[in-house]
Amino acid sequence: MSKKYEKVAYYPGCALEGTAQSYDRSTKAIGKELGLETVELDNWNCCGAMEVKNIDPKLQTYLSARNLSIAEDMGFDTVMAPCNGCYHNLKKAEYDLKNDDASREVNERLSSKAGHKTYEAGKVETIHALDWIKNSVGEEGIKDKIKGGLKGLKIANYYGCMYTRPRHIFPEKDQGPGSESTHKPHFMDDLLAAAGAENVEYPLKTACCGGAHTLSDSDTSTKLVLNLLQAAEACGADVIATECPTCHTGLEMHQIRAAKAFGKETKVKILYFTQLLGLAMGVSPRKLGLQENFSDAMPMLKEKGLI
Amino acid sequence: MISSPQNFDDLLARLEEIEGFSDVDLLSQAKELAQEILGLGEATLHFWIIARDGTPTNAKKEGFSILALHRQGAKGEPSFNACRESCREAVYQYNVILQSGDDEQTLRALKLQIMVVRHLALFISGKLEVAGLGDFCCASKPIRQKDMNLPEMVQGT
Repeated sequence: MSKKYEKVAYYPGCALEGTAQSYDRSTKAIGKELGLETVELDNWNCCGAMEVKNIDPKLQTYLSARNLSIAEDMGFDTVMAPCNGCYHNLKKAEYDLKNDDASREVNERLSSKAGHKTYEAGKVETIHALDWIKNSVGEEGIKDKIKGGLKGLKIANYYGCMYTRPRHIFPEKDQGPGSESTHKPHFMDDLLAAAGAENVEYPLKTACCGGAHTLSDSDTSTKLVLNLLQAAEACGADVIATECPTCHTGLEMHQIRAAKAFGKETKVKILYFTQLLGLAMGVSPRKLGLQENFSDAMPMLKEKGLI
Repeated sequence: MISSPQNFDDLLARLEEIEGFSDVDLLSQAKELAQEILGLGEATLHFWIIARDGTPTNAKKEGFSILALHRQGAKGEPSFNACRESCREAVYQYNVILQSGDDEQTLRALKLQIMVVRHLALFISGKLEVAGLGDFCCASKPIRQKDMNLPEMVQGT
């Protein structure tokens, strides 16, 4: 376990202040329960997301680098980003600044123009919320805090596409025992198993959720999500655990759309892994934002005696 | 049996047809169906490679065409790796079906193999839908870039 992750800079990104407020709230709630501290970055900006990255990847690198620069200025060597898109983009910026002269040049120029310190690669490590919990308190830390746990709950852990790809921007992964795998990620499985849940074998844990097609080609997104939901049900899951706001929103929205547009109903519930860990630790559903989820898991959780 | 579907609609229809078989029918031809479903996965990759003016390789990787085809499809297109694990899962479920002597496990693997290959087909067909894709979409970027005239301001960043 690493003491260095006990207090980290926190980069919520735009989704956690918008559609994924429950992810923000539940992340902070479980941090508190586990004795971990987060300090939100001052005056943070967009990570560059998909929109900027697709038009100008170097501008995206700068935008993410500015956030890393803020973390450094605030005295942190680690920034934690729960959103897969933000996490991915900060990692990509780190990689680009380390390996690409042109990215360094653009970052230096725009930082100077904006009047702040230029971020240099290697100063701040970006971690995901999964890394944060797994590497600070781990499974034992979770077990120590369990009140009730998740016994009887079958979970399909869904990591989405940006948590592990492209492999080269995640040098800490695939490093053998204890490290995360880009082929078959397992950190979420490990933590939820420690909380008493039963993880089902889920063959689509890193498959595309169609998030990028949502606005432009909704039918493709709905079909992709429907397949994810049906596969989870075929695996016997009560719940799909998510760790990405884009995936989570997509699964919830297209679950409804699949029923309306294609007449295909699915019953599997969708919850952030932080909400599930919070429930296992006895945090109230309200504090975890369960009432904000479109996928109403409350009746199922009550039936299983988990709330 | 459709051994060489001509398009995604045929391919998806065949997967749906297999999915509709009774358990008895699935079990009685499990190995043949596993081979066919894997072949449908290969066909999706053929569509992708041909659409990008390539010739699908006859090579195999780790003993499987689908893995060699995926590698070929991902050349110069890193976002295509988003379906790498689906290809590997299709192979995994195929191996389970071939090795399993347990009816329940075989049925489950067949159903999951269908879903994995369907996901692969939906993902790739989505990437090929030029007109339907949006400006911000990570999957659409390489296709749209062909016609994209970046504004001067952006080019000069």
